[in-house]
Amino acid sequence: MKDKIPPPYTALQRHPMMPQASHDEASRFNFLTLFNRYLSGEIGRGNRVAYETRVLPAFKVIHGREPESREEIRVAMNQDPFHRMWSALKRNSMEMRQQNGRQIVLRQLDELDAKARAFNAASGLLELDPSVEQPVYATCVDIHCQPGGYHGGEREGDVTVGANYDVGLFATTGGALGSLNDGGGQAVVGWVKANRPDWQPKRILDVGCTVGHNAVPFAQGFPDAEVTAIDTAAASLRYGAARAAGLGVTNIRFVQASGEDLSRFPDNHFDWVQTTMFLHELSAESMPKILAECARVLKPGGLLLHVEQPQYGPDMPLYEQFIRDWDAYNNNEPFWSAMHGVDLKAVMAQAGFPLDHQFVTGVRAIPDKSLFPASPDGDEEDYGRAAIWNAYGAWKPNQDNGLTSGAKKEISA
Amino acid sequence: MTQEIDWIARSGARAKGGRPAFFDEMAVDRLFSLALSLTAELAATRERLDTVERLLEAQGSLSRDAIENFRPDMGAGEERGIAMRAYIARVMRGFQQEVEAMENPDPPVTDWVERLSRG
Ligand SMILES: C[S@@+](CC[C@H](N)C(=O)[O-])C[C@H]1O[C@@H](n2cnc3c(N)ncnc32)[C@H](O)[C@@H]1O
Repeated sequence: MKDKIPPPYTALQRHPMMPQASHDEASRFNFLTLFNRYLSGEIGRGNRVAYETRVLPAFKVIHGREPESREEIRVAMNQDPFHRMWSALKRNSMEMRQQNGRQIVLRQLDELDAKARAFNAASGLLELDPSVEQPVYATCVDIHCQPGGYHGGEREGDVTVGANYDVGLFATTGGALGSLNDGGGQAVVGWVKANRPDWQPKRILDVGCTVGHNAVPFAQGFPDAEVTAIDTAAASLRYGAARAAGLGVTNIRFVQASGEDLSRFPDNHFDWVQTTMFLHELSAESMPKILAECARVLKPGGLLLHVEQPQYGPDMPLYEQFIRDWDAYNNNEPFWSAMHGVDLKAVMAQAGFPLDHQFVTGVRAIPDKSLFPASPDGDEEDYGRAAIWNAYGAWKPNQDNGLTSGAKKEISA
Repeated sequence: MTQEIDWIARSGARAKGGRPAFFDEMAVDRLFSLALSLTAELAATRERLDTVERLLEAQGSLSRDAIENFRPDMGAGEERGIAMRAYIARVMRGFQQEVEAMENPDPPVTDWVERLSRG
């Protein structure tokens, strides 16, 4: 019983930038946290049951064969009354999380903006470049139904979208990412330390950092390293830099730049280039460009690591591909389906990481044990939001040596 | 409180991007939004009531500040979490039973009515 209950919203560690929730605002998040778990846990299996007991049999009668793609399953499932109701509930829960987060943030926006300005002026962690344009894939829709996306705002220079992203992520993920929503970044640090105990990266680049949830743990885990966290969205960076300063982190900088053009950095500059839950929010056109830039700025022998939900691949059953695709069509993630369908290894190979230098490993969020006796396990996976990821990695070839030979014997975190 | 912005109106900003229609009748989509929001509001009200009871029990008096700043300890947090789960299970009973019925379908009860009335 105990295992099923995440901590109340009010028990989470609060950093100084975190907007203050009123009693009822916190309660709404408590409701949504448990409701999201209910949707994926208690009744999520209804989708599969509906598929197996009536959608698939009907499909076979009509077409005289099994479905051949996740797309065919989606079209058929969208007619199923249970799947429709389940999707309507889930979409509404996402929208309610946004509205509640925005009420919290907007009613105290004057204070939040002032606090962010003060932190950023004092810390020097923020470097904005107004000439950086928002790519079309970041502005065509508001990704995961966040009004304003990562880049918009209510007025010039505000922190609305960053603050709203931070204040409600706990509810969206059913509490699976830990108190500071940084369970993924911490798991990656744990993985690196387990696999390369003596490695001391000096320069780390995090591409598409948003508010730095998973970049800050790198700075904390490697205090001698200099972390550069880039994003195109100033509104998220403003909040992220202030959040990091509030947490007392000094070896990180939040820089407005696009991964498509890293010309501000020389070749072979970083020991480690990281992306976390980033590739699926790009486009087929930009992804190879960004990977090529990542390869260029990475030192020979350096580490490239992409943390993502698992790629689909030919071995993944079509039904699972379909349910993992839910967010693409119902939660404004337009590149999700195509990205998870590509052969990422081939794309990385093209960007300059030979197949025998690549590896795939599992990463699982490690939320603070005192607050989170247990987080949802694999059986209750909330596809698309679970705290279990794959890391698609590579060590950049080293002209001369065997440093890269470790690629095959990774210990998964 | 934020001055220049109508924070109530702006909180409800719509996310850019066409919203999928889940039902053939638009009114059903709206009813789902309405029912789930009301469910969340009642959940918050029930937690508030629990807060009031705990504060009164502990100190015999109330202030609105004490309510706003109340943070349940681990034990109280767990009790409230369990109560919330039970509440969700009650509200969602129809959906849960529908899943169970799909898993173990029964024939319509009229079949039995007919069978049992045969001599
Ligand atoms: C899902 S979020 C990443 C989450 C973040 N890495 C974390 O771990 O919390 C995707 C981010 O990528 C940013 N982004 C999109 N295209 C970009 C580009 N070309 N260069 C840099 N950032 C980009 C978006 O603004 C957004 O903040």
